[in-house]
Amino acid sequence: MSRGRFGAYGGQFVPETLMPSLLELEAAYASARADAAFQSELDSLLARYVGRPTPVYLASRFSASLANEARVYLKREDLNHTGAHKINNCVGQALLARRMDKRRLVAETGAGQHGVATATVAALFGMECTVYMGEVDMARQSPNVRRMKLLGATVVPVTSGTRTLKDATNETIRDWVTNVRTTHYIIGSTVGPHPYPTIVRDFQSVIGREARAQMLEAEGRLPSDVVACVGGGSNALGIFSAFLTDDVRLHGVEAGGSRDGDAATLSRGTPGVLHGAFSYLLQDDDGQVSPAHSIAAGLDYPGVGPEHSFLKDAGRVSYQRVNDDDALAAFASLARLEGIIPALESAHALAFVRRAFSGAPSEGRVVLVNLSGRGDKDADAVEGRLP
Amino acid sequence: MSTLADTTRALRARGRKALVAYFTAGYPDDDAFDALVRAAAGAGADVVEVGVPFSDPIADGPVIQAASNAALARGVTLARALESIARLSPEVAVPLVVMSYVNPILRLGVDAFAREAARAGVDGAVLPDVAFEESGAFRPVLRGAGLAYVDLVAPTSDDSRTKEIARASDGFVYVVSITGVTGARAAGRNAVEGIIARVRAATDTPAYVGFGVSTPDAAAEIASASDGVIIGSRLVQLAGEGPAPSAAGRVGDFLASVRRALDA
Repeated sequence: MSRGRFGAYGGQFVPETLMPSLLELEAAYASARADAAFQSELDSLLARYVGRPTPVYLASRFSASLANEARVYLKREDLNHTGAHKINNCVGQALLARRMDKRRLVAETGAGQHGVATATVAALFGMECTVYMGEVDMARQSPNVRRMKLLGATVVPVTSGTRTLKDATNETIRDWVTNVRTTHYIIGSTVGPHPYPTIVRDFQSVIGREARAQMLEAEGRLPSDVVACVGGGSNALGIFSAFLTDDVRLHGVEAGGSRDGDAATLSRGTPGVLHGAFSYLLQDDDGQVSPAHSIAAGLDYPGVGPEHSFLKDAGRVSYQRVNDDDALAAFASLARLEGIIPALESAHALAFVRRAFSGAPSEGRVVLVNLSGRGDKDADAVEGRLP
Repeated sequence: MSTLADTTRALRARGRKALVAYFTAGYPDDDAFDALVRAAAGAGADVVEVGVPFSDPIADGPVIQAASNAALARGVTLARALESIARLSPEVAVPLVVMSYVNPILRLGVDAFAREAARAGVDGAVLPDVAFEESGAFRPVLRGAGLAYVDLVAPTSDDSRTKEIARASDGFVYVVSITGVTGARAAGRNAVEGIIARVRAATDTPAYVGFGVSTPDAAAEIASASDGVIIGSRLVQLAGEGPAPSAAGRVGDFLASVRRALDA
């Protein structure tokens, strides 16, 4: 029987060379979860190094710009050290790497936020670090390339295939399979073979735990809606995981791209295997993976985490699309109304809110948006494109 | 018992070291690919492995990645690879084994793949990204259609995994010689001896070694510790580094030199 499934999705579709490491990781994670010292070291790092808890912030001026008077709260993951939610997972996985006595970290990165977070924890723990990044993404997210290098990481440009996140992931897997005895692969999202989708979700679930309590404190009730962008899906599962059994509408927002294509894997894809897991996938009739497109490098990926595929089929999360132009408009809106520059990825979630809550006023709409990262990295990418 | 298993057992009984030749389907072009398979059989290959082009070949190094992309650009996918095999199988005497990443097979459907592969004359399949834990969804279906399901063991597989996997494998046990992708670097005899010993403790199914076997001398050295060798990247590289019409000549000469080294 195959393991690590969310309904039909997930599993372990990897070469045998990697299987012993996945089993080792699963065992290390099980023992870490049962180890109070591990949990307390993780909590301490999240508090003192990452800066948790992050606040929820009532974005009053952004809310007032919506026709239906919804109250929009932002979960401020952009305020984490390194500027995005990615660090939550990296701190946890670096602790696991140390526990397994692996002294070298590899990672894929699209927007560069996961690469920066991995380079950061490598510096913190005195580990070697190599990050694979598509050439296209290195050009459009160049500030993050400089940050990774400053932190002491080696950044390897990926020139194969799409030269974006998909092929950066292929190259990272090839490095890992070559150096698996000494190297831990910190996957940056809730994707990949079991146990990664579970581990990454668990390390990101701190977002939802905090936000749920913070919303109860701020509003005396749960939000009516929770919104997050979905590339691989880690910030979304991080926040959704606390609300799955509540009477709360959950919205995952995929990249609708432009005329050049999209990255709306759940909306338009079909199930298949990419990067170790069975999940929805953009593919052609021959089972070849299709190139994705999004202005947001972190969403520009033709796969998605298997738990999202399960939640889609189960009808628990509604998955929507936002195109490049609407994301850019939301990016500008939040910057100008609230003085917060969102990551282009997070701007997709904000754009969905602008669209979905533009109708007639309705009572009691309290919307929680995961502001998964900050947009300093996108200054070049949005130049000349903002409304 | 499958044709593949008959062949591999007979080779061992005769004391002949097996030579498995890998080619990417449709590379460098359809005619040259057909000629490569015929030339390999004529030059002393005992099994031919046909690689199905895939957009994301995570277990392959630069040579097979490039061949895979070139073939994909020409529209060669699983269906076209099976058509090529259907064309070749009546006239090529050696068993033909398909190596495919799992997604094209899932897209076609596992049952349909097994049926169509068997009809094309495929003798077995190697699915490099299907972990042993996932093989239950594939092995019985392929076997049911009369195909061998060939498993891979790796240098990182521990004793109990190696034994369990080796016992399950049909035809031969595919021994991955190194941690890494195809064509990356050479493996020495010492590196594979331990794995081969574990395989042999578990099964009498022959153990063939692949990944990083690229010269006649290396093939002879590895074969001295195993039952045979699998050569892929080096053949694909040779096929691609000159005019397509002469690819079969280049590769045939090389395989003949490997055959001589194995038989020496």
